Amino acid sequence: MVKLILRDKTWELPAGITVRDAIKKAGLDPHAVLAMRDGKLINEETLTRPDDVITLISVISGG
Amino acid sequence: MSVRRGMRCRKCGAPAVINMPQHKLALCEEHYLEWVPARVGQTIKRFRMFRPEDKVLVAVSGGKDSLALWDILYRLGYAAEGLYIDLGIGGGYSAESKAKVEAFAAARGGLPYRVVDVRETYGCSIPELARRSRRGAKTCSLCGLVKRHIMNRVAYEGGFAAIATGHNLDDEAAVLMQNTLHWQAGYLGRQAPVLPSTHPHLARKVKPLCLMYEREMAAYSLVRGIDYIYDECPYSVGAKTIFYKELLNQLEGRSPGAKLHFYLSFLKAKEEGTIRFAEEEAVQMQDCRRCGQPTTAGDLCAFCRLWERPEMAVCGPADEFEA
Repeated sequence: MVKLILRDKTWELPAGITVRDAIKKAGLDPHAVLAMRDGKLINEETLTRPDDVITLISVISGG
Repeated sequence: MSVRRGMRCRKCGAPAVINMPQHKLALCEEHYLEWVPARVGQTIKRFRMFRPEDKVLVAVSGGKDSLALWDILYRLGYAAEGLYIDLGIGGGYSAESKAKVEAFAAARGGLPYRVVDVRETYGCSIPELARRSRRGAKTCSLCGLVKRHIMNRVAYEGGFAAIATGHNLDDEAAVLMQNTLHWQAGYLGRQAPVLPSTHPHLARKVKPLCLMYEREMAAYSLVRGIDYIYDECPYSVGAKTIFYKELLNQLEGRSPGAKLHFYLSFLKAKEEGTIRFAEEEAVQMQDCRRCGQPTTAGDLCAFCRLWERPEMAVCGPADEFEA
């Protein structure tokens, strides 16, 4: 499984899908977040691996 | 069955950290960190924002866009000085954002910046001001009024050629959409990457990030290791702008480049005269007797009128005027 984290929310999703699909499965918009793995930015076509912990960073601000 | 190699940098073939379908471009860390300042530099030249020898004041909030802008201007070799306005917003928001600005400047060998503390200078923080002026529901418009006044004052006193703000493409497209849906002709007429100075006390305002997607700016800050304030200002939670940004992102999902096209075609149509907004009538402007900034509302500007109200008497000395 892959763990997806955005602020105080967490999702557990099957590995082997792209980051973009994982974001969509969590009900989020891939345009509104960036994904980081092991402290590095990864593009949304990256395939998720078992036991990945992916931190999402919201990019939208209200200013 | 083909083996998926993952997305690669168009320039060097290394794994890409960002894919930008809007530009048909994917880049690795190294080339992304080159691409962003180059694009911002082109935007500055394209809209003739300022010249290499100009002194520029960068309004920094501690957020991703303004800190990235300061970083980029510094990397491009511009004489960019920061201005941090301490609004006195509680819940740790102002304290944390100020700490981010201090740490950012220190990490770059002590970049020059000025701090204007609203409470120290005028006697009231923004939330106190909003409560006292009974505009509690309009804290953001009041905050905007105060910030504009301070930016103009600092730019005038410091002899800056322009004030640069971190408005990105998503900010601009959201405002454009909001103003179009309400046919706010006056606002549409004024919306531009450069707002020229029309009075010695009104600074020229420029938006060097106006063609940069918000996502691109967040990615730049992350890759560049800029430690910015991630949490929103507590007063902006639920802001309409966010709703319009989400709508625009849905369009972008269907049609990559939609946001950029929406904004650029608006600018082009205005420039070519395809769409025209009635010239604002030449309103009689006069200089505010307290601060010298121009006003249409009698002898005191909207900012100075705030402090004239009886309920403001408890706010401490407005030492800006006593100096």
